[in-house]
Amino acid sequence: MSVKVHHLVKTFEAQHAVDDVSFEAHKGEVLGFLGPNGAGKTTTMKIITGYLPQSAGQVEVCGFNISESPMEARARVGYLPEHNPLYRDMYVREYLAFTAGMHQVRNAAKRVDEMVERTGLTSHRHKLIGELSKGYRQRVGLAQAMLHDPEVLILDEPTSGLDPNQIIEIRQLIKDLGREKTVILSTHILGEVEAVCDRAIIINKGKLVANAPIQELKQQFTGQSIVTAEFAGKTDAGQLKKIRHVLAVQSLGGNTWQMTASAEHDIRADVFAFAVDNKLTLLELHKELFSVEDVFQQLTK
Amino acid sequence: MAMFAIYFKEINSFFSSLIGYIVIGTFLVLMGLVMWVFPEYSVLDNNYANLDALFGVAPMIFLFLIPAVSMRTFAEEKQSGTIELLVTRPISDWQIVGGKFLACLTLVVFSLLPTVFYYITVYQLGAPQGNLDSGGILGSYIGLLFLAGAFVAIGIFASSLTNNQIVAFVLATFLCFMTYMAFDSLSRLPIFFGKTDDIVQSIGISYHYDSISRGVLDSRDVVYFISVIVLFLAATVLSLGRRRWEK
Repeated sequence: MSVKVHHLVKTFEAQHAVDDVSFEAHKGEVLGFLGPNGAGKTTTMKIITGYLPQSAGQVEVCGFNISESPMEARARVGYLPEHNPLYRDMYVREYLAFTAGMHQVRNAAKRVDEMVERTGLTSHRHKLIGELSKGYRQRVGLAQAMLHDPEVLILDEPTSGLDPNQIIEIRQLIKDLGREKTVILSTHILGEVEAVCDRAIIINKGKLVANAPIQELKQQFTGQSIVTAEFAGKTDAGQLKKIRHVLAVQSLGGNTWQMTASAEHDIRADVFAFAVDNKLTLLELHKELFSVEDVFQQLTK
Repeated sequence: MAMFAIYFKEINSFFSSLIGYIVIGTFLVLMGLVMWVFPEYSVLDNNYANLDALFGVAPMIFLFLIPAVSMRTFAEEKQSGTIELLVTRPISDWQIVGGKFLACLTLVVFSLLPTVFYYITVYQLGAPQGNLDSGGILGSYIGLLFLAGAFVAIGIFASSLTNNQIVAFVLATFLCFMTYMAFDSLSRLPIFFGKTDDIVQSIGISYHYDSISRGVLDSRDVVYFISVIVLFLAATVLSLGRRRWEK
């Protein structure tokens, strides 16, 4: 168990920024932190990294309680804060060497070169950080977070402000990292969670409202499956309703119909059989997929 | 040690930007003018082979220069948000503050070092040659170092209170002035004068600086300076940890 958050509470002036949140993150997993702005994502991350103290509850990083053994816990965490703060007047290599010094990394120069290469900064390693584009700065931020080879990576909106190509590159990097480490990343880009994360946690108004693998999340929280079918000939709602497991029928105009069933039943076979029995030609048949957007909206209304 | 990573980073930032050179340059130009040109202080006009001009004026210059050196130490980190990364590294707040303190003090020492040439010059000018109070001068240098240390500690503390470098500068200058000179003047107020004026006076830096400058290294003065430095560094550590106890 790399990160264990146990009944975490954080209050700011009698307001619950984080309210009784518990979850665990495991090695080899990318955990997505979702929630509207101001939901408590960043606060939770700041507590895990030891920047803010919790009001109540416990956080353990690799078995070290962050309140009781902060140094041991901090040494095992790599952190990319929101907005990626950097020293603009330092050179890329100089900054990474400074980071290595603070973590007492052995063979610092070699490790810095390794990180520079891995994050694709080789051609920019002798530049001032202030001169870099946002995408490259983000890489520097990731490089400093990974420099001391931490077991846990906390990334607060790692792809914000990047262009689509850069986003894909950074996501790939995070995915690669997720194989050997525990990665917790926050984002409000829902597609990102689907693209990168194995599991998602949704926080709303400081409370944990969902914690499940992405696939499960999509089904479990919508509770229904929707099938759209287009027939060549006329049929009517009454007939369609007789199909096994169909709960509701809705016309989408013409001969296109939308049928709702509970999530555990796949009614496509039944719809096909219905078409055959009624000598109707089926032009189109597909199951609507719920997106994380739908789940998100439903849970954070 | 992780503290030295911070120390060297700060030293590098002084000399990779203009700050380091401007501080050293300004100090030396001013000191040169005071020592050799301005008639009211100059050794050549006063006809005494001593460095009183240097040790009399240096604290006044430090009053402005040291806050300028220390103002960015924490204010800039807070402004840019890098403080968040700094305090979540596996190093204690004391190490962060200590590294920055030593770096600023080193810059001040660098600016003081070339004034050793003034000593050599005045030594040659003495009649007979070498007729100057070397012990007193050594004491004065030690006193000036302690004074600089106290100013740096005050400056770092002021910087840790704000994310605005100008606020940090003004606050540091004010606090340095107060601890350096104000107690001397306050002690002459009627409510203190003749009763507790020596106690009030001894709270200030100038009292102890003057005492060390006489060439007598009194343990009380040393304890005083170390206490002031430790006090303000501790206040800085406390101020850094503000996010931990602020509700």
